[in-house]
Amino acid sequence: MGNFDKKLERFWEVFIEHGGYVKVLTGLQNTIWIAVAGLAIGILIGTLIAIIRVAPKTNGLMKALDGLCVFYVGLFRGTPIVVQLLVAYYVMLPLIGVNIPALQVCVLVFGLNSGAYVSEIMRGGILSVDPGQMEAGRALGLSYRVTMLKIVVPQAVKNIVPTLGNEFISLIKETSVVSFVGAADLYVAFNYIGSNNYEFMVPYLVMALIYIALVAIAALIIRQVERSLRKSDRRH
Amino acid sequence: MIDVIDLKKTYGRADVLKGISTTIRQGEKIAIIGPSGSGKSTFLRCLNRMEEPTGGSIVFDGRDITDPKADIDEHRRRVGMVFQHFNLFNNKTVLENIMLAPVYLGLRDLRRQRRRHRLAGLRKLFGGGKERLPLPPIDTSAARIKAEARENALRLLKRIGLEDKAEAYPSTLSGGQKQRIAIVRALAMNPQVLLFDEPTSALDPEMVGEVLDLIRQLADEGMTMVIVTHEMGFAREVATRVLFMDGGQILEDDAPERIFSNPQHPRTREFLSKVL
Repeated sequence: MGNFDKKLERFWEVFIEHGGYVKVLTGLQNTIWIAVAGLAIGILIGTLIAIIRVAPKTNGLMKALDGLCVFYVGLFRGTPIVVQLLVAYYVMLPLIGVNIPALQVCVLVFGLNSGAYVSEIMRGGILSVDPGQMEAGRALGLSYRVTMLKIVVPQAVKNIVPTLGNEFISLIKETSVVSFVGAADLYVAFNYIGSNNYEFMVPYLVMALIYIALVAIAALIIRQVERSLRKSDRRH
Repeated sequence: MIDVIDLKKTYGRADVLKGISTTIRQGEKIAIIGPSGSGKSTFLRCLNRMEEPTGGSIVFDGRDITDPKADIDEHRRRVGMVFQHFNLFNNKTVLENIMLAPVYLGLRDLRRQRRRHRLAGLRKLFGGGKERLPLPPIDTSAARIKAEARENALRLLKRIGLEDKAEAYPSTLSGGQKQRIAIVRALAMNPQVLLFDEPTSALDPEMVGEVLDLIRQLADEGMTMVIVTHEMGFAREVATRVLFMDGGQILEDDAPERIFSNPQHPRTREFLSKVL
């Protein structure tokens, strides 16, 4: 431990004087962007899949859509996110012949991946809402779709905010693999700092602390959201 | 008003309704009594197709609502339903609970009406097509629909003495308050008939009275209603006709005095001797 001061000094040098902090800030920005945009896409896709999956299978189309959703969820839950990133970037993109920056590919893949998990969370949330809520809406002459969107889904979302928060925290941490396709996240930034003088101890330690701070902030936000959504349970 | 013809409902192998036929006339208050599992709730729920009948038909004002092509949402707007467990929308305030359906459906009707007018305008512009009847003019606006629904909701809340609860959420209310709000929520649609599915069965005893009082008031005002109930005293007092159901059939259909004091069917006698 004697030379820890020295290591700290070297880290500081690269961090400030060699512009390391710019890389860290860019990395931080990308990490947050992938997690937030990924979750947003995930919630959209997940809600859509969940609604399709809980809808009554009255005709062939609904059955086919349901099957498609089951396949989708199985596909994205059945393969590691790294594999999905690699396949998307190095297999799908060249096959389709389009050129999309790595960062956007990451947002998309994390969104699609998260959609699979969120759909199961959301499905559980929808099933946990008292069926009487749907009956009451239908009995007033509202359609299934309207009752679902105005009455059932809002209550389901409220029930699953803690679990969605978990998903968000997982996403933040999982973004640490995006360098596999060349996107610049926190890991890339600190790896750059460390590589500058082959001194990795302090950079990786700081990286770990930043992740912890990120997750702590996320947890705080989630708690606030939960509290504000709980207003309809409060007695007044 | 409502003609029920040989209505049948089977779940898998169980026959819940074995051919129900009756007629519900304007202004009648019909109480349906009978033991648990006799099919009375299922029968009630078939009247607005909350349950799909598996046979027979229900004709409401000349329209067969069991026809797969019938617009069931349109039918349900005319038939109010009150549930055993109130089923107020938990994510909405009391006022929003009452206003939601009238406002949403009112606005949707307005949009459709405007679309028809635009189409008619286009047709006129191109001078094509056959002569059509002129469309009725649009006599309302989005703002007016909302204002009227709000006014109506507040008036209904005032009627049940809960206007101070307009902004409260259902979780803050007692069972009796919830059920009375559920009743005025159904009333806000101006239904032609109200269906009650054991409206007091989930209430604490001291709250049964306030809910029955409201139902009694509506009955006195001439509302057509069908009530599945275990409150025999109430059925006797309010109903103009009582149906006794058992085993998926109507075994007795008569005036309340006759059913309660001189039941004809042995099953009715047996049931009433147990509950009275």
